[in-house]
Amino acid sequence: MRSRQTDTDAPLLQRMASWPARVVGFYVDGFRSMTVGRKLWIIILIKLFIIFFIFKLFFFPDILSRDYDSDEQRAEAVRSSMLNR
Amino acid sequence: MDDLMTVVDWSRWQFALTAMYHWLFVPLTLGLSVIVGIMETIYYRTRSPKWLRTTKFWMTLFGINFAMGVATGIILEFEFGTNWSNYSWFVGDIFGAPLAIEGLLAFFMEATFIAVMFFGWKKVSPGFHLASTWLTALGASISALWILIANAWMQYPVGMEFDPGQMRNVMDNFWDVVLSPVAINKFFHAVFDGWVLGAVFVCGVSSWYLMKQRRREFALDSIRIAGWVGLVGIIFTIWTGDGSAVQVARVQPMKLAAMEGLYDGKVGQDLVGFGILDPSKQRADDSDPFLFEISIPKGLSLLANHDADSFVPGINDLINGIRLTPEGDTVRTDSYAQRIIIGKRAHEALREFDNAMAKGDTAAMAAARENLKKDYRYFGYGYLDSPEEAIPPVGVTFYSFRIMVMAGGYLLLFFIIAVVSMARGGKLWERRWWQWVAMLSIVVVWICSEAGWVTAEVGRQPWIIEGLMPAKAAISAISSSTVQLTFWMFAAVFTALLVAEITIMAHQIRNGSDHDEY
Repeated sequence: MRSRQTDTDAPLLQRMASWPARVVGFYVDGFRSMTVGRKLWIIILIKLFIIFFIFKLFFFPDILSRDYDSDEQRAEAVRSSMLNR
Repeated sequence: MDDLMTVVDWSRWQFALTAMYHWLFVPLTLGLSVIVGIMETIYYRTRSPKWLRTTKFWMTLFGINFAMGVATGIILEFEFGTNWSNYSWFVGDIFGAPLAIEGLLAFFMEATFIAVMFFGWKKVSPGFHLASTWLTALGASISALWILIANAWMQYPVGMEFDPGQMRNVMDNFWDVVLSPVAINKFFHAVFDGWVLGAVFVCGVSSWYLMKQRRREFALDSIRIAGWVGLVGIIFTIWTGDGSAVQVARVQPMKLAAMEGLYDGKVGQDLVGFGILDPSKQRADDSDPFLFEISIPKGLSLLANHDADSFVPGINDLINGIRLTPEGDTVRTDSYAQRIIIGKRAHEALREFDNAMAKGDTAAMAAARENLKKDYRYFGYGYLDSPEEAIPPVGVTFYSFRIMVMAGGYLLLFFIIAVVSMARGGKLWERRWWQWVAMLSIVVVWICSEAGWVTAEVGRQPWIIEGLMPAKAAISAISSSTVQLTFWMFAAVFTALLVAEITIMAHQIRNGSDHDEY
């Protein structure tokens, strides 16, 4: 009984342990076999770089998060701004 | 004030630019995903190699469009934080919750299953692959749902209470927000519009193959599927569009009046089928707003209330306080001049709350909070100097609505002919003139889709949140030169992306053959 449990559990555990590797392998094989996709991935990566590392970092700060330390200060700033429009 | 208005205008243009570019990609994703799902289902049932090739070809074009469009919407969220920080804070979790759910749930669902779609052909079972394709389509639609819920709330704010302490609208009923009739209608209208757009795209590209006398069977099979998807899509788009008109008449009557160039309403109001507005028309004068018009008798009453003899208020009626209730009854309510007074009273209550909070006077805070609550419904009107400021740009709203409706009518006709002609053997699709019609319809469907958004968004101006917040109160204290700079940067990047998409797609289509493995 004990040995039968071990026989069935071991492959399951192995399968569970190898699950992340299988997922990674799935993606790696997928990328390797791509034709049009490679060009697309290059465009996607360039686009993400422009969006997150140029636009977001240098041109699109979250103004309230940048200028104030707490939610109370942010609320006060918005209240003041909206009452003076 | 001049600089403030410049910042507002540039920020509006920037948001419009990014939203409209984003919307070039989204409906094609929505439509193509469904068409690919149907094609793969046929392959799954028949195991015919030709349907496998057909599925893979359109799936590749879907992938190109998805790759180009993905993350373009995130820029809109950047703009909220930078250009519209007052708005961003003011809406708080109401806007944040749907967008967070969209990001966490729908997008990840879409992104996970799209990998199986493209990488899993030889790695997973055909059934699992088919399920992944459909789950990708479902994920794309669910993504759209949450975005449209957020948009609908701006047009019809429900399910919240304003907390002056937090200076935020706090959601008090999630289901009122999610199941808002405006949101549900808007969702189905946008998704079916995507089906139509995807179907026209497939018909147009297939027609190109027929014109070049290549891949005839593939092209006709594709048209057969797309024709039905397009016909179902356009029927439901028109149906939900009719639902939108009824809702707009109730919750955004000024938008409807602008859509029609209607200044003074009447019982049994005509619908302007085609018209040219008189640009010199002023609200208060008695001149005819049209230089030329062809109207459908009682059409607008029928459209807005489903009752040919009902009253539809015009711009002047609304400003004077005459409007329809949600039940469709005509009532006299607060005029816009009164709303402005009440709105300014709400601002005063907020100011008193602010002063009381600074002094730590909790009794005065409670009293001010109560006064604010009483007048909050017209809070946004307090920013207006005159009732005229609450009128959206009539020309843009009027013409964009007509472009959408006329293009929608044309597309209905196109798909009826497409389906009937295919049922009769598809001879029409061999004719060069019809192939040109199908290809040029690709341009028409995109114009139709964008015109719909222009009507919805320009027609709700000056409000960023209907009645509660005009755009000028929503804007951040930033300089207009910064916004101008980023406007042109976006214009350059998005145009480059669009050119890249068109080039890669055109290359893929031009080189497509029945022997390809995509």
